[in-house]
Amino acid sequence: MDFLGEHQPEMLPGNRQLPPVQGVIEAPHGTTIVAVTFPGGVVLAGDRRATMGNMIAQRDVEKVFPADEYSAVGIAGTAGLAVEMVKLFQLELEHFEKVEGAQLSLEGKANRLSTMIRSNLGMAMQGLAVVPLFAGYDVDRGKGRIFSYDVTGGRSEELNFATTGSGSIFARGAMKKLFHDELTEEQATTLVVQALYDAADDDSATGGPDVARRIYPIITVITEDGFRRLGEDECSALARSVLERRLEQPDGPRAALL
Amino acid sequence: MADRAEYARKGIARGRSLVVLQYADGIVFVGENPSRALHKFSEIYDRIGFAAAGKYNEYENLRIGGVRYADLRGYTYDRDDVTARGLANVYAQTLGTIFSSQAEKPYEVELVVAEVGDSPENDQIYRLPHDGSIVDEHGSVAVGGNAEQISGYLDQRHRDGMTLAEALKLAVQALSRDTNGSEREIPAERLEVAVLDRTRPQQRKFKRIVGGQLSRLLDSGAGAGEASAASETESETDSGSDEE
Repeated sequence: MDFLGEHQPEMLPGNRQLPPVQGVIEAPHGTTIVAVTFPGGVVLAGDRRATMGNMIAQRDVEKVFPADEYSAVGIAGTAGLAVEMVKLFQLELEHFEKVEGAQLSLEGKANRLSTMIRSNLGMAMQGLAVVPLFAGYDVDRGKGRIFSYDVTGGRSEELNFATTGSGSIFARGAMKKLFHDELTEEQATTLVVQALYDAADDDSATGGPDVARRIYPIITVITEDGFRRLGEDECSALARSVLERRLEQPDGPRAALL
Repeated sequence: MADRAEYARKGIARGRSLVVLQYADGIVFVGENPSRALHKFSEIYDRIGFAAAGKYNEYENLRIGGVRYADLRGYTYDRDDVTARGLANVYAQTLGTIFSSQAEKPYEVELVVAEVGDSPENDQIYRLPHDGSIVDEHGSVAVGGNAEQISGYLDQRHRDGMTLAEALKLAVQALSRDTNGSEREIPAERLEVAVLDRTRPQQRKFKRIVGGQLSRLLDSGAGAGEASAASETESETDSGSDEE
């Protein structure tokens, strides 16, 4: 990024002159991203909807991307800017790895993302914010970790689970009730589908599983073996099993009262 | 100009040689390198690898330049728009300019830029000598001190569609031949091996082969390599196949 800044500064998202605008620019927005850790890794997932005002801009948008072999980033906020930010982030991690011959530490990657979000502050003030969720497997510590961000680039490590985007409050509530320390990988992936379902249930901007069009949430798992995105058959099996139970219990699994 | 070329050639000849070979599933880089930290081979981009013989600081400089060029290209346009041909051209320009500029001493390096294609026919290997010329190579290429003799040896024995183990075996045989024709053994710890593997599911095809994987390959190549080498080298008196 430093090299790019010197040679072609116009390529960097933070260096653009912003035209003065009145009101809010209408651009597609991505909505809910959730992440949860389990012993041995971390799951990062996102719904598939992008909205523009009260319209659905895209039904099958992809908002979770691999950052490198051991980390992934999920984005909520202005889709165009977010995708560019992720692209630059991926590039930077890869570039570092090739030049130095070693990967950045997970902490280092999280810090770098923080700087990139901060450089977007000008646009965020005009309503074009990007708020990602960063999840990765820390090879040194041998566990999955989650980092959440705010629009100013403030970074905080989240314990156990985290959410971002418009449906995040609902997803967070669901995850809080369903999370426990000994989740298996399969339970963790089911948990994120439940959380996204609850988000879609109460937030109009979050898309639920679309069985008719075969559009299911994107679910990614990062473990010691690296990044893996669940295939369509796996996602559809998960989404369908959740959906089936919801036909009997629309509000999902009940937690114990006491 | 002639003594500049002589100077560069001598510098390159001081370093150890390395070879780059095509095999059925990609391209393999093999060299003798006692250092674990200073690599002779490295990844430039998804399908492009880099190998260099000569002075470390000079080729490291060129390598980083290549990574920057490739990453900037890929970010500006698309990942598919980064090609070995483009990169080789940039290197040729750089080396050529430095070689002919009187103010600078010529670089004592010889490079190989290789790109793995979807099939062996689409593989590309370019050799870039110190003076900025480009040589389009097929099958096998050797650079460094003993390059002429090694590439002669390889040309006779390399064939298309070798397995990785066979190609590796051949490469090690070629590298273990000294200038005076005698042979010595190169232990696995002193070998640096990397591949561009077209069957790798990831976008980035470059992979280093180290430790257990390398010794397994060397062992399996010993059996397979012997049979195929024996069938091809009946006229050779000094068949290297009985080593290891």
